[in-house]
Amino acid sequence: MTSAASSVTSAGRGGGRRLVDRVARVRELGIVVALGALFAVTGAANPSFLSYGSLRDILLNSAIVALLAVGQTLVVITRNVDLSVSSVVGLSAFGGALILADHPGVPVPLVIAGCVALGAACGAVNGLLVGAARVPALVATLGTLYAFRGVDYAWAGGRQVNAADMPEGFLALGTRSVLGVPLPALVALAVLLTVGWMLRNLRSGRELYAIGSSPEAAVLAGIRVRRRVLTAFVANGALAGLAGVMWAARFGTVDATVATGKELDVIAAVVVGGVAIFGGSGTVYGAALGAVLLASITSALAVLRVDALAQTAINGALLLAAIVLDRLLALRVAAALRRRRSP
Amino acid sequence: MEDTPVLSLLQVSKAFGAVRAVREVSLELRAGEAHALAGENGAGKSTLVKILSGVHRPDSGRILLDGQPVEFAGPADAQRAGVAVIYQEPTLFPDLSVMENIFMGRQPRARLGLDRRAMRAATAELFGRLGVHLDPDRPARGLSIADQQLVEIAKALSRQARVLVMDEPTAALSGQEVARLFGVAGTLREQGVALLFISHRLEEIFELCQRVTTLRDGALVATDPIGDLTPDALVRRMVGRELEALFPKQDTTAGEVALSVRRLTREGVFTDVSFEVRRGEIVALAGLVGAGRSEVARAVFGIDRWDAGAVEVDGRRLRPARPTAAMAAGLALVPEDRRQQGLVMDLSIERNIGLAGLTALRRGPLISRLAERERARDWAVRLRLKFARLGDPVNVLSGGNQQKVVLAKWLARRPSVLIVDEPTRGIDVGTKAEVHRLLSELAASGVAVLMISSELPEVLGMADRVLVMHEGRLVAELDRAEASEESVMAAATGRGRP
Repeated sequence: MTSAASSVTSAGRGGGRRLVDRVARVRELGIVVALGALFAVTGAANPSFLSYGSLRDILLNSAIVALLAVGQTLVVITRNVDLSVSSVVGLSAFGGALILADHPGVPVPLVIAGCVALGAACGAVNGLLVGAARVPALVATLGTLYAFRGVDYAWAGGRQVNAADMPEGFLALGTRSVLGVPLPALVALAVLLTVGWMLRNLRSGRELYAIGSSPEAAVLAGIRVRRRVLTAFVANGALAGLAGVMWAARFGTVDATVATGKELDVIAAVVVGGVAIFGGSGTVYGAALGAVLLASITSALAVLRVDALAQTAINGALLLAAIVLDRLLALRVAAALRRRRSP
Repeated sequence: MEDTPVLSLLQVSKAFGAVRAVREVSLELRAGEAHALAGENGAGKSTLVKILSGVHRPDSGRILLDGQPVEFAGPADAQRAGVAVIYQEPTLFPDLSVMENIFMGRQPRARLGLDRRAMRAATAELFGRLGVHLDPDRPARGLSIADQQLVEIAKALSRQARVLVMDEPTAALSGQEVARLFGVAGTLREQGVALLFISHRLEEIFELCQRVTTLRDGALVATDPIGDLTPDALVRRMVGRELEALFPKQDTTAGEVALSVRRLTREGVFTDVSFEVRRGEIVALAGLVGAGRSEVARAVFGIDRWDAGAVEVDGRRLRPARPTAAMAAGLALVPEDRRQQGLVMDLSIERNIGLAGLTALRRGPLISRLAERERARDWAVRLRLKFARLGDPVNVLSGGNQQKVVLAKWLARRPSVLIVDEPTRGIDVGTKAEVHRLLSELAASGVAVLMISSELPEVLGMADRVLVMHEGRLVAELDRAEASEESVMAAATGRGRP
């Protein structure tokens, strides 16, 4: 019997399993449904939530976190985590802003490239700590979270760069729209599609999943685990560097405290987006959708005039709900797969 | 007309800490020849395989590829040299599809991205050769051990290797699947592939191989053409002594029932398992890796929850998932993995021995170090533990002595039912005999012993009765007279009674 024949027979075994399969394979569907429900309910209560300006704000607000969530996914898939992203964003934002303010002659593309390189260097530090020195990622990046921020503080020395100090052309990058879509959102979308394609279609992308799914088996399969993990951290760092410039361009006012605490939003987006925190599964699309969902909820709560203090609690509850749902689904799928033994 | 071996090991040695796993072993693998590697558990076979596959680098000695010295810095190097390995324990990526598991790192590429269609077709073709019915797109998670092993075999075949190493590939397979694997292996051999085959089933070695190398305690015993050996002679080489001397189970009369397990079920893991163990008895729970034996033990001891059924110790019913209650009722469990589950490796010998019975060591609110030391000294003498100081961390002890510490920890509680999971895995032959003597004495003193073991000689030598599990079910109960290598293996592989 060929595999085609066997998949035909297994497909005939009832719709319940097919649904489980669908949910297992397209975990992102759940977030799309949640987004739809959120917009329907909030829109019904207050139609201005669905206006162009409101939607544009949501996109603008979620673009940076979505970009960071894409990078973080690369790391989380390998069964690691990078807590230091917010500090990298801060370092990159301040560094970029400072160069632009003090050396107006430096071309903007060069500054952006420099910020990306700075982020990549920070990512390399993380990657070497985790890959070569075998420090658990949670501890290593907690350390660099403080270390990078410390460098940022020392560099800034209390200084703040204001929008007025930076060239108009640079600031426009943060707010300009192309065909009605804000530029930062387009950048995030381009990165999302590129990374999504790479994860699915490059051997190295598949190896990241393999490493997270079973690190021991990855070693036996001849995968260069350390190099791949290092690459994931460097890529994440580079994206955090890019997010830093976007931050500077969007908000204009930059000091050493930029993006403090953002790492938790990013990880929340990744987890809500269905990326398994212990690696091996999940997509960047889910993570980006998670970022959009979290930003939408924040906006929706504001529109619905929910107390700002309660918003944090609601975000937390949502995160827990996502994790519980994820766990339940994983158990269901595991049980379904056990029943699906070959004849 | 000696031709150059494809791959050979020259005097390789490998030590892990104080344990010398492989000592100056030489091995030649020739094109078109199936070479068997025989030896007991812990003889160094798997370490040798990991040297061949580049996982371990030998401390000394050389690896020659086509007569030229090579160094395998990692598995990728060995794979590039044409070495494919089927490991004893499947090494799949549970989250990835079966076809990606097979082609990881070598996925066929199309102009834009991966060619999943070609990968699917190639997987189907491999499965066709092996006679496997698996959906190439399903994730590896949830596959039975046998199916996982078949995926491993397909993976090794897909590499078109020059050297194919198979470490216990048949342990989980049914008779038909074994026959098909041997058919494929025979074809590969005719095509000039060098095979290295490891199996505890001697008849398979005699069926498939032309030469056999025997290891004992990490050292080479001999390499012979298979025609020069009989199965009995091979066993003597592996064991180094007659079997009778190794397993000294005393005859005892069974007393009343100490452990009674009725229709125990944990969904998807094991189903409807019923058995009794009487005082003075050693009952072996045999079966292949993954048959659910350790899982039954874990559930009985209360580590995992059971979904249906009942467990009674000395007539008292246990509640599910309550290890403390199980211990209070007189159960003790010596787990399979002593480094992870049996011991706290960095703690001292005396602390480890005291760990399971801290209540008895309490003086008021505090633990008495004096009582702890006394207890440890007492049990160290009784079990003939070899150690320098009781304050030494257990990780400096040899595997056999570590196992004695785990045993001491539980025996100090004076259990009425002792469950031991693979009690002699990775233990040298001498200490092995001591563990066996100890279990036998315990049974004689009225303890009910349930012994999970994958080593048939141990099962046959020690057990008054043999229970056999296959894919989560208890499929046979054999008394001492009925139990033989053939009858146990037949039941364990789901072939029923011969």
